[in-house]
Amino acid sequence: MIKLLTDNWSAFISGFGWTVLSSVLALFFSLIIGSLFAILEVMPSKTARVIGNIYVEIFRNIPLLVITMFFYLVIPLYVVKVNGFTAGTIGLTIYTSAFIAETVRAGINSVDSGQMEAARAQGMSFWQAMKNVVLPQAFKLVIPPLGNQFVNLVKNSSVLAFVAGFDLMYQGNMIASQTFDTVNTYVVVGLFYLVITLPISYYMQHLERKLA
Amino acid sequence: MKKKFKYLTLLITSLLLVLTLTGCGSQSLSSQNVLENDKKSKTITWGVKADTKLLGLTDVKDGKEKGFEVDLAKALTKKMLGKDAKAKFVTVTSQSRIPLLKNGNIDAIIATMTITPDRKKTIDFSNSYFDAGQSILVKDGSSVKKVQDLNGKTIIGVVGSNSVQNVKKFAPKAQVLQLPDYAQALTALKSGQGDALTTDNVILAGMAVNNPGYELTGKAFTTEPYGIGINKGQGDFKKSVNKALKEVQTDGTYNKLIMKWFGNVPGFNYKEVLRK
Repeated sequence: MIKLLTDNWSAFISGFGWTVLSSVLALFFSLIIGSLFAILEVMPSKTARVIGNIYVEIFRNIPLLVITMFFYLVIPLYVVKVNGFTAGTIGLTIYTSAFIAETVRAGINSVDSGQMEAARAQGMSFWQAMKNVVLPQAFKLVIPPLGNQFVNLVKNSSVLAFVAGFDLMYQGNMIASQTFDTVNTYVVVGLFYLVITLPISYYMQHLERKLA
Repeated sequence: MKKKFKYLTLLITSLLLVLTLTGCGSQSLSSQNVLENDKKSKTITWGVKADTKLLGLTDVKDGKEKGFEVDLAKALTKKMLGKDAKAKFVTVTSQSRIPLLKNGNIDAIIATMTITPDRKKTIDFSNSYFDAGQSILVKDGSSVKKVQDLNGKTIIGVVGSNSVQNVKKFAPKAQVLQLPDYAQALTALKSGQGDALTTDNVILAGMAVNNPGYELTGKAFTTEPYGIGINKGQGDFKKSVNKALKEVQTDGTYNKLIMKWFGNVPGFNYKEVLRK
């Protein structure tokens, strides 16, 4: 196993790098997009709620691989060229954002409605009340489920392997098919994923304890 | 302190997990004699391709495997175990075929696999049953005329095939994208993810039949003798396969199958692969 690791060190590290990059990008954008759709879902306007609901229900219920393949194979045919890494990261962002939207919405809903009413009574606008009063409380509540989403996101990034996105799983497939050492290769790949996901788990737990 | 302890437990658990997993892998394969088992059950389980027209293709209409390799496997099974023996088929990909053979899911691989020295370290091969050569498939009117034109361009290949390694020798400056199977590789070529698709000419010829607007270009730049993959230590099975292979060639079954599948394929000269 050590020999496999040293022989293919550069491939593993480059795969690791692409996985981290894709995860960080997807995490950042899905958090923003997800929060926006969460707010849409609880807005007083019915149109906004419907739009939010449609987005969440569609992308939460389509397999990630289908979304990714769509961006990799269909979009380039008609719209613009998308490479594997980009297609995978876009798919990951959209898919995760739907789950984050649901998580954050649940958080917003569990903040007592009196908070919103009191803030509005003070003369704040809906957005002001959301930003200054409701969201800070909501995020505190949803840290544990958000942590789950982040960990899932990192694991789901292995979808990049199917569209030649050069990530950890792609490199793993490559190495396994060249060395025929399937077992050790995937064990090493699994360990590399742990290197990313374990710190996320622990950081989220730490955050939970700090803020609770 | 408590937190540190928790981290440590987790670390130890994951290490143990790894050790168990590696333990499974290094365990020696079932040293059972595949030929003996197959004789008892009157079946041979072959690993075949599902996405390669002319060689091994699963027909979506009836779910049956069809192609030259499938027919050859059936003929070999009858020669090896008698008229009433049955060939069972399991779909494999370039990536999964060797692991599936190693863990005993299939008895033999007959799935467009070239005999290479690297693979010989892991598995055994029968004598070659088909001589293919690597080539490239491009869009009609593409500026790519031969493999050397691909320097600086993007080539699509399939994970686990030796063609992706070969093509780097002929076009070292090309970028190679490796996709899971041929169907996906072809779709990627159509969506413009790459400039050419490379693999063996016979596989590409099958694609060109189904996809007007795409053509094989340039001569084959390697020779790819296909062999039947057999697990190490299955000498009896290997001997039996080689004997059956010789028989189908001498009694004319082999050439009949070649004519059936390749007799009418544009861009592919079937006479070159006929055997006496």
